[in-house]
Amino acid sequence: MVEFLSFRDGEAAQEPSVTVEAFTGQTNATAVRVEPGEDARELLPYLDRLSLVEVNFPAYGDGRGYSAARILRESGYQGELRAVGDVLVDQINAMRRCGFDSFHPAKPLDDAAVERALTRYDDVYQKAIDGRSPVWAKRHPEKIDG
Amino acid sequence: MYRYDSYDQSIVDARVEEFRDQVQRRLTGALTEDQFKPLRLMNGLYLQLHAYMLRVAIPYGTLSGKQMRKLGEIAAKYDKGYGHFTTRQNLQYNWIKLADAPDILAELATVEMHAIQTSGNCIRNISSDQYAGVSADEVADPRPWAELLRQWSSFHPEFTYLPRKFKICVIASDDDRAAMKLHDIGLKLVERDGVIGAEVYAGGGMGRTPMVAPQIRDFVAEDEIISYLEACLRVYNRYGRRDNKYKARIKILVHEIGVEDYKRQVEEEFAHMKQLGLNPPTEELDRIRAFFANPAYETGLSEDIDRADPAFALWVDRQVAAHKAPGYAIVNISLKPLTGIPGDASAEQIDLVATLAEQYSLDELRVTHAQNLVLPHVKKADLYAIWQKLEEAGLAEANLDLITDIIACPGLDYCALANARSIPLAQKIAQRFAAAERQAELGELKLKISGCINACGHHHAGHIGILGVDRKGVENFQLSLGGSGAEDTSLGQITGPGFSEDGVVDAIEKVTYLYLAQRESGERFLDTYRRLGMKPFKEAIYG
Repeated sequence: MVEFLSFRDGEAAQEPSVTVEAFTGQTNATAVRVEPGEDARELLPYLDRLSLVEVNFPAYGDGRGYSAARILRESGYQGELRAVGDVLVDQINAMRRCGFDSFHPAKPLDDAAVERALTRYDDVYQKAIDGRSPVWAKRHPEKIDG
Repeated sequence: MYRYDSYDQSIVDARVEEFRDQVQRRLTGALTEDQFKPLRLMNGLYLQLHAYMLRVAIPYGTLSGKQMRKLGEIAAKYDKGYGHFTTRQNLQYNWIKLADAPDILAELATVEMHAIQTSGNCIRNISSDQYAGVSADEVADPRPWAELLRQWSSFHPEFTYLPRKFKICVIASDDDRAAMKLHDIGLKLVERDGVIGAEVYAGGGMGRTPMVAPQIRDFVAEDEIISYLEACLRVYNRYGRRDNKYKARIKILVHEIGVEDYKRQVEEEFAHMKQLGLNPPTEELDRIRAFFANPAYETGLSEDIDRADPAFALWVDRQVAAHKAPGYAIVNISLKPLTGIPGDASAEQIDLVATLAEQYSLDELRVTHAQNLVLPHVKKADLYAIWQKLEEAGLAEANLDLITDIIACPGLDYCALANARSIPLAQKIAQRFAAAERQAELGELKLKISGCINACGHHHAGHIGILGVDRKGVENFQLSLGGSGAEDTSLGQITGPGFSEDGVVDAIEKVTYLYLAQRESGERFLDTYRRLGMKPFKEAIYG
């Protein structure tokens, strides 16, 4: 069983994260925690100094965090993006696709189940954040740059 | 028809194995029912009153003969011998064993079918016009767009845990046969300066707060539709209500913030998203479109129909619609026999329709949102032979759009949510109005029954709508008038206090008498109601 999962090179960020309100009101924090009702775009002016964004999932069925993650990555955030809370093995794949690269689930995950979940699907239908080539790109390689 | 390539097949096959693994974990107890529930719900498996119900997706309501035959085989092998066609053009099996569900999905995958996202708070099966590709009045076949959206919405990483379920419909005609404006998002294909694009409507729906979707954009070009829809969904995913499941559909968001504010937010998000390379190249839609090219219609066919048999002539007049190709016709098969269950078909009937599709309809058939079936490409010369076979199988009812062509949800006979039984009421109404002359005299009259406020039976959109409620432990039926799910979309108004089962049948009868007495030349029931308003109908019922 794993309590923490990272897909990044190097050490995971250790600094305790602060709330979005506390973060935008001060200048030295480098880690922030985004709750479901909060607007990830408030962080965009500060992406350069952020090393960790935690996105909290109080309940797995609340999918706002997927949009928060994608918004941050679409805006160029390169630091650690960590899903925390009610993170289940059946959501890990979609979270990876939305740009999460570390996970701190409330309940430990089974390593083998995580591995299965991440390798189950050879192909995907959408372009997302993970750089995987969607099937429409594979079908028309001559039309896709790079 | 669309055919899977190796990518499509591999994704569906992977889903079967994933679900097999999840069911196995449930059966061994590794997963509790609470943990398993969200997983099975993503795959259309509901726990109903008596058994599991499995909902199979029929994308945009189009099937081949082989696919239909497989649905019949599954009904015979794993169910009690029936399938139930739904208002979202899907098929439900009501008597499924959990341990069989993975094998059923595996069988479906062999004919390029699945149950992906037929439930859960995700983007559901894309629905469309049952006459797509064969009606003369469409600007383009909407199904290639629907298939593009099917693929885009399957396992979408950002939009799988939305505030609530999300239903998209694509049509391409001025005549709306799919209740487009009663969907979370409705697309109507239009042509502008020689380019096909879509008008977009958002925030329609039924349920306990019915709304007709307002237009949010008058044109989105085909090469931007995916990024535009991603913008629509993102705004909804971020700001749709999650505090109350009854206020979580996009219609509530659009209503609460106002359509102008929703549009503004979508446009801002769209401006951002269209730079992200989310849209497939136009060649992908062209690739899909090629699957829906006109089949090889024969030419020089006769337009004549031998109407010597009066029962056949009656059926032709009611069930057969105009086809765009000379010598061909569209056949509507009623799944509303007077004593049956609306939308139900036996395994044998499903198998027969599969055979008819192969023999007489260029291997294609459709499911309609009114829970009927369609053979879209039938030579007029073959109509009599088809009718004879349908007649033998109990499928030759001639009641399309008449008062006995009732849409009804499964109701309390099956559904864990229902307050009242819809099916026995539908049968009682059908019995009362059984006489063919009487139905014909009343003309187009769309009657829809829901067994609870969730409105699966589309009662808000019925010319006559009935809602079953629980009144202190007793079934009670509210009557509404004036709804429409067609291009003149409107929501029905409640007449007044509710009725017992027999009482509501009497009330409907009174309403029809008033219509017959008051109608002006050419008026349908709905037209007369709209002209006169509720008052005289109310007096007729309660006076």
